[in-house]
Amino acid sequence: MGLRSYVITRIILTIPTLLLLLTAVFVMMRVLPGDPVALHFEKKATPETMEQMRHLLGLDKPLWAQYADYIGGIVDIGYLLQHGYPNLGKSMQTTTEDVGGQIFSAFPATLELAIYSMIIASVIGILLGVAASKAYNSVWDHLIRGFGIVTYAIPVFFLGIILQLVFGVYLGWFRTGLRISPTVQPPAHITGLYTIDSLLEGNLMKFVESFKSLLLPSLTLGIILSGVFIRLTRTNMLETFRLEFVTAAKARGLKESTVTFGYALRNAFLPILTMVGLQFALLLGGAILTETTFSWPGLGRYIVDRINFRDYTAIQGAVVMFGLFVTLVSLVVDILYAYLDPRIRL
Amino acid sequence: MPLLEVDSLTVEYKSSRGIVRAVDDVSFSLDKGQTLGLAGESGSGKSTLGLSIIRLVPSPGRIVKGTIKIDGTDVLKLSQDQMRSIRGQKVAYVFQDPMTSLNPVKKIGAHFVEMIQAHEPNTKKEDALERAKTILNNLSILTERINDYPHQFSGGMRQRIMIGLAIAMNPDLVIADEPTTALDVIVQAKILDLLENLRRTYGMALILISHDLSIIMERCDKIIVMYGGNMVEYADSTELHKNPVHPYTQGLLRSIPNIELTDQKLSAIPGSPPNMLNPPKGCRFWPRCKVPKTMCKEKEPFLINIGNDHFVRCFSSPEEGAKDIE
Amino acid sequence: MMEKKEMSETKVKRSILARLLPQLRSLSKRGPSGWMVIVGIAIVAALVTMTAIAPWIAPHDPNKANVGPLRSPPSLQFPMGTTALGQDMFSRVLLGGSVMLQVSAISVFVCFLVGVPIGLFSSYVGGNLDKAISLVIDAVYAFPGLVIAIAIAAVLGPGVINMALSIAVVYIPSYFRIVRSQVLSIKELTYVEAARSIGAKWYTILLRYVLPNVVPSIVTVLTVNFADAVLTAAGLTFIGLGVSVDIPDWGYDLTKGRELLSSGGWWVITFPGIMIILLALGFTFIGEGLSELLNPKLES
Repeated sequence: MGLRSYVITRIILTIPTLLLLLTAVFVMMRVLPGDPVALHFEKKATPETMEQMRHLLGLDKPLWAQYADYIGGIVDIGYLLQHGYPNLGKSMQTTTEDVGGQIFSAFPATLELAIYSMIIASVIGILLGVAASKAYNSVWDHLIRGFGIVTYAIPVFFLGIILQLVFGVYLGWFRTGLRISPTVQPPAHITGLYTIDSLLEGNLMKFVESFKSLLLPSLTLGIILSGVFIRLTRTNMLETFRLEFVTAAKARGLKESTVTFGYALRNAFLPILTMVGLQFALLLGGAILTETTFSWPGLGRYIVDRINFRDYTAIQGAVVMFGLFVTLVSLVVDILYAYLDPRIRL
Repeated sequence: MPLLEVDSLTVEYKSSRGIVRAVDDVSFSLDKGQTLGLAGESGSGKSTLGLSIIRLVPSPGRIVKGTIKIDGTDVLKLSQDQMRSIRGQKVAYVFQDPMTSLNPVKKIGAHFVEMIQAHEPNTKKEDALERAKTILNNLSILTERINDYPHQFSGGMRQRIMIGLAIAMNPDLVIADEPTTALDVIVQAKILDLLENLRRTYGMALILISHDLSIIMERCDKIIVMYGGNMVEYADSTELHKNPVHPYTQGLLRSIPNIELTDQKLSAIPGSPPNMLNPPKGCRFWPRCKVPKTMCKEKEPFLINIGNDHFVRCFSSPEEGAKDIE
Repeated sequence: MMEKKEMSETKVKRSILARLLPQLRSLSKRGPSGWMVIVGIAIVAALVTMTAIAPWIAPHDPNKANVGPLRSPPSLQFPMGTTALGQDMFSRVLLGGSVMLQVSAISVFVCFLVGVPIGLFSSYVGGNLDKAISLVIDAVYAFPGLVIAIAIAAVLGPGVINMALSIAVVYIPSYFRIVRSQVLSIKELTYVEAARSIGAKWYTILLRYVLPNVVPSIVTVLTVNFADAVLTAAGLTFIGLGVSVDIPDWGYDLTKGRELLSSGGWWVITFPGIMIILLALGFTFIGEGLSELLNPKLES
């Protein structure tokens, strides 16, 4: 099929998935019992105020009209171009602020956290997984597998709190609650990722400062997620070792390291890549908790704050954003997979 | 000096259920340019024997006894690095299933380049590719296909590529493990002819491992018949043609269908291969032998030289075995 | 009357043990995976028992404030210290598991009850219906679980049942998918075809032929599901979507204990945290062990 046509086909296929996703969120938020407006005001407002809010949010319209507004708002390209973010309605709390804007300003922080966490998780996971597979059935193997199991059972916020306590409070190495040291100006906003932006700016000091703030939260999330990668890498490597082309490679006199990394890992890597894609969903869930723990100003903390304010449009918008993100990631993973494994394209 | 000298080789597999002697006290030798055939059923130990020559017996298997001398050097005493330089360069191995022997995510050309550079690190990539193209040409594969992936070739072509990789470094010995089993009959003959041509052109020795005794009888100078890890018969192929002694060998020969006979009943050797965890006492073959003596069930027979460099592991004298092979 | 009840209870316990012990013994013979399962079961059983008998052995009322000095570290009198309100941590830990256990048990139950039948039915019937259902399920599956749980819990409000339901929705797809993949591979096997050809009704086929083969995989998913449910419940509580304040709950103490940390008080957060980890570990061990036993891989 060729890489290009595969990519195009895959992108086109994303559209119905997205539509389904948006519809699912809509259904979830609307069909559940409970009147969002009443819950928001917690019965402390007059019926007129509630009616006003309902009208403002379009909740007094029939369901299909609401759906049309909802979808229409999101795909409104004009709005997107004008504001730089899609139309996700207005915040219930302030009724003047756009949910879209709030989400988009909070999102880069989560993205940065997610990327670094995933890198840490996969690096730890792959290295330990390879080590365990080569030391099959030895003490190290069992220890590493045990590590993988135990880290999964630890609630991510518990680990976060402990790390915070040890490194942040007792040792005083890192601070929390901010993406960069309070005395430093954040870098110019190009991608929104402080580490990248500081590098683009050429400012090494800002890079180090933002990295320091990023380290603990991503380490927390990364360690928790690594367990899955350890197990997966180990299993795949063990299976691949038994495959004949690995023995055949050895029979040709290739070096051990070439065989381990060029043959075994390269082929075991593909399921690992898929796992990265699948784990992103888990990552985002963990990110919410991690952000709350470390007061990291990302989308996770945004959604938790909004819950406390009972701001349902904001919650809906954030959920949509998460969904969009996951879809995008799975698209990228699929394309990467096709690039790495030529067999898929046919 | 013979190219390959194997002496009292024993390979054991250790499992939770016991120890399996996949190769039991095997000795033979092979000269430059000769062909040796290893015949036997699955589980007879022939593949393990082949793999042990390049010390790639899969774990939990281990070589527990014996020596393997290539050009006088005992390879069992070599370091991993020294062994590595022998593999592919001095001794090459062609695996049974071409579908699973090539790296699916590497182009064919890359396979060759990688191998050449592993043994001759200073070779430039372009030069290695040129050599690869020459080899592909000799194998009747279009050189434009050097950038294709393994899954884009048919089984027969993949096997030819495997053979090409095997001879790329001009080895002295090629071990081919069931090189034709995964292929259809017509392609089988072509591959075997190819091996023969290459052998003659480059003066390589060849060890041909197969369960198909007819192939081995046709194409090998010397033949070893394996059963249950033991060498049960070892002779030059002309001698074996004239005088197959061991009941197992005779059984194998009898079971080869003869296309010229119109009224032939297919004959098979009754019974099944021995349970290697708990082999029968005495001769391992006696449960399936037509003429077992009492002694066969008690004591393990040893190799007897019955003349003409013909070795048999059996208590029956040559005259007593049934000999109607026609 | 009381005696009769106690006697029948003892009888029930005895017969359960009588059936379990030989099975446990056979498990222990199956190597390290078997041991894993046993350890897991032991941990879970211990925690469940602890929670069950807690009302009788807790020294203080877990909610009663000021039974001891505020924020005091572990001592002989209060082995796990006291909270900011002067509540006894030990009692709170003993009783705190009930919410978590209830929530996870209910959510797993609901998950199972919804996911398995839909999975069986959809994959057996096949066709466009199956495709449509799978599409919807896959969309839910791909979604970050905690986000769904948060969204639903936010709308439903606090409470054990609500929490359980929000968690259940997240994991229904797992059951659906595993059941479906098993059914699809079994459906085409010859002996099912044979059954069909002698006129067996579809529900007979499902129940007698397909289901027994699906059960092993479901059991594995079930145990992992439990572990996940426990962790998700803790997460929800941490965010503030948990149960109300007057029920002792490990998750709640984790949240509250965090505040004490800055002033150096480690005990309020540590003990409940360890309990949660143990509970999740217990289920994970069972799941890991079972999955290795049922799908032996990499045998030499």
